[in-house]
Amino acid sequence: MNAPLLDVRNLEKTFPGVRALTGVSFDVRAGEVHALLGENGAGKSTLIKVVSGVYQPDGGEILIDGRASRFTSPEDAKRAGVATIYQELLLFPELTVAENIFLGHAPRAGFGRIDWRAVRTKAEALLASLEIDDLAAGQIVGSLSVGHRQRVEILRALSHDARILIMDEPTAALTEADVTRLFGIVRRLKGRGVGIVYISHRLDELFEIADRVTVLRDGAYVGSRRMADTNSAELVQMMVGRRIENLFPKTLVPIGAPVLEAQNLVCHPMTRGVSLTVRSGEIVGLAGLVGSGRSELAQVLFGITPAERGEIRLQGEAVRIDSPEAARSRGIAYVPEDRAVQGLVRPMSVLNNFSLAALGALSRFGFIDRAAERRMAEAGVKRFSVKTSSVDEAAGRLSGGNQQKIVLGKWLANSPKLLVLDEPTRGVDVGAKAEIHRLMGDLAADGVAILMISSELPEVLGMSDRVLVMREGRLVAEFDRAHATSEAVGGAMMGGGANRERAA
Amino acid sequence: MTAIPVTGAAASRGFLRRFASQEALLALAVIGLAVAVGFVNPRFLAYRNLADILLGNAYIAIAAIGMSMVIISGNIDISVGALIGVLATVSGSLAVAGAPTAVAWLVPLALGILVMAAQGAVVAYLRIPAIVVTLGMLSILKGGLISVTGGKWITDLPQGFHLADLDVLGVPMPVVIMVAATALAAIWMRDTASGRAIYATGGNAEAARLCGVNPQRTVVMVFALHGLFAGLATLVYATQLRVIQSTTPSGLELTIITASVVGGVSILGGAGTVVGSTLAAILIAEITSALVFVNVSPYWTDALRGGLILATVIADIIRRRRRAARGWRT
Repeated sequence: MNAPLLDVRNLEKTFPGVRALTGVSFDVRAGEVHALLGENGAGKSTLIKVVSGVYQPDGGEILIDGRASRFTSPEDAKRAGVATIYQELLLFPELTVAENIFLGHAPRAGFGRIDWRAVRTKAEALLASLEIDDLAAGQIVGSLSVGHRQRVEILRALSHDARILIMDEPTAALTEADVTRLFGIVRRLKGRGVGIVYISHRLDELFEIADRVTVLRDGAYVGSRRMADTNSAELVQMMVGRRIENLFPKTLVPIGAPVLEAQNLVCHPMTRGVSLTVRSGEIVGLAGLVGSGRSELAQVLFGITPAERGEIRLQGEAVRIDSPEAARSRGIAYVPEDRAVQGLVRPMSVLNNFSLAALGALSRFGFIDRAAERRMAEAGVKRFSVKTSSVDEAAGRLSGGNQQKIVLGKWLANSPKLLVLDEPTRGVDVGAKAEIHRLMGDLAADGVAILMISSELPEVLGMSDRVLVMREGRLVAEFDRAHATSEAVGGAMMGGGANRERAA
Repeated sequence: MTAIPVTGAAASRGFLRRFASQEALLALAVIGLAVAVGFVNPRFLAYRNLADILLGNAYIAIAAIGMSMVIISGNIDISVGALIGVLATVSGSLAVAGAPTAVAWLVPLALGILVMAAQGAVVAYLRIPAIVVTLGMLSILKGGLISVTGGKWITDLPQGFHLADLDVLGVPMPVVIMVAATALAAIWMRDTASGRAIYATGGNAEAARLCGVNPQRTVVMVFALHGLFAGLATLVYATQLRVIQSTTPSGLELTIITASVVGGVSILGGAGTVVGSTLAAILIAEITSALVFVNVSPYWTDALRGGLILATVIADIIRRRRRAARGWRT
């Protein structure tokens, strides 16, 4: 009886303060596609990083061909035949296909010179072996489509004689035609006895390509199933589990008049005709997979990428939101997803970050009322329980959760009418998360309309009065609080079939 | 993922750090160095010598104000030395040609603003790195000046031209301009929304934009102001001279950048003050002079200045690394 190609047993990985993986086991046999499934943050990425040698496990073991192996670097893993294709393709756009494939291990001629002819013929042989006929070894990678680039990455892995191929959301950025071709390649690799670890959020895809699936939740192993023996409902149930109640208490507040009414917003390519309403005192959760157009919609509403078509009404009045400035002055606040890039000015003090969006209101004749500014920042630090030695500390020195509280607080200083939050609690610790949720509740009680984007289903379900589900640039489903169950919302996110079901 | 607890030690470190700010350190260094050199050679402390240090280098401090703003906004300018050379020649030529003194004084200011604002616009709107734009301008100004003037010296400057010889209540004009320009710029940068926009733009242009700051307009404004200070520096510099050599002072831009960086302006943008850069300009001038008084070859000046710049930049980077390392521990 031959051992599985890859056998992971009881893997443990802890980061300071977080147990990223606890007791995770799964195995991949030759010629098998084993899918990993789980919500964002469930531990899939950590798991593949441990398997591919980026992280060292704190416990458990990894067996390759039945032999215990310990990878101290990605090179180690590569030598053992484990290759990983990440979502962000790591190619050199200026080099040719052949050069990219053999970068670092090119065939050599005498005196250590690269044997360019061998590079070319070997690359052509690889291309032929997968029957890829629309890609030439001499093409410059920068000119290729995403699908083609991905094929180059796969070829590069094969050039290392990889027997275990890990693919992290390989179809996330592909067109339908490219997905079909990718599956063709995957099947051919299976035929050759390559074992494939396949990560994807798209359930229908898994039923098409995977043989088995392992589900993770909160870093823990939930279970493994043969694809033939399971269905989407069971998998969604396994992914989201039942742990929502009591965690995210949204206080019930009276819901008032519409603050935001958007009609048919279009902004190429990710916003394809979106209509929604958010009322005063209401928290509307916007669920959807990464890449479904959620963040893009937020950017349209805030004028970063203004809508090309459609209508926005704020408190009943038709407005044009064509710049962040226009959005800000009309009482829209936006807490971006990527606070390092869009949220915080790291070298600036906590004080100055807090006041940055409110400088207009704090100034007279261009001069800032620094006493008022300080009062505002100190009140903000207190209200948001920002842990800092003083408001004069550089904001970049604080922990992630505290930075997020500052970004949030900065916008609330403006007393917005509509608050758009993109992943308000990503990467923050549990305590800070609870505080941010409490704060959102307080704001809603004050009559602010809140649109919250989140990849965490429990957060969406727990905090929202209403849940909208976005998929491929459109709103596809809407649930009120009573009907928003993890199965229903999760199913709609994955593409449960039905179009914009109304369960109100 | 626990938040970093704020311990008493951390809080007191924060207090110490603020107390030991770059400005305070520089002021201490300026005074400490004077005292130390005075022990070795008391003539260093003679009024005449101290005045010479200030008068001869005030223009560097003034130009460093604008340079600090440019660096804080996340940019750099290496054309300023050449620009000062050109503006000095323009100013002197106007004076010699019989233009009214006010014209000889004001034209360099206007021209400085114009040239720098143009560079700022190219940097901001065409998104070309400032180092490339200003490197080009450096060559244009340098080459253009030699070609037009043939390197001829400007002599016989009219009496009234020498602004730097005037004084206000006994305080020489270069010092008055240096102190006033530093104070006004410092207050503006600290207390106004447009001043704050410079820090926000240099610290994180994208976040600044979302908060209603216009990073592009800010960069053009910063370069225009830099041009104004370059013009002021020119006035102080050129009106001290009896003869203006129509060439560009070599290495001047580096001296100015050194003052900014040693003054605590972060080379990565987003942090620093003009008080720091003015104090640093004085400190550097003082070191140069002190070398002579303690009988060290003046050829060591450049090496020392270089050492100072490296030490400051390395200290800044280490500070940031620590910050970043702590910031990422979420």
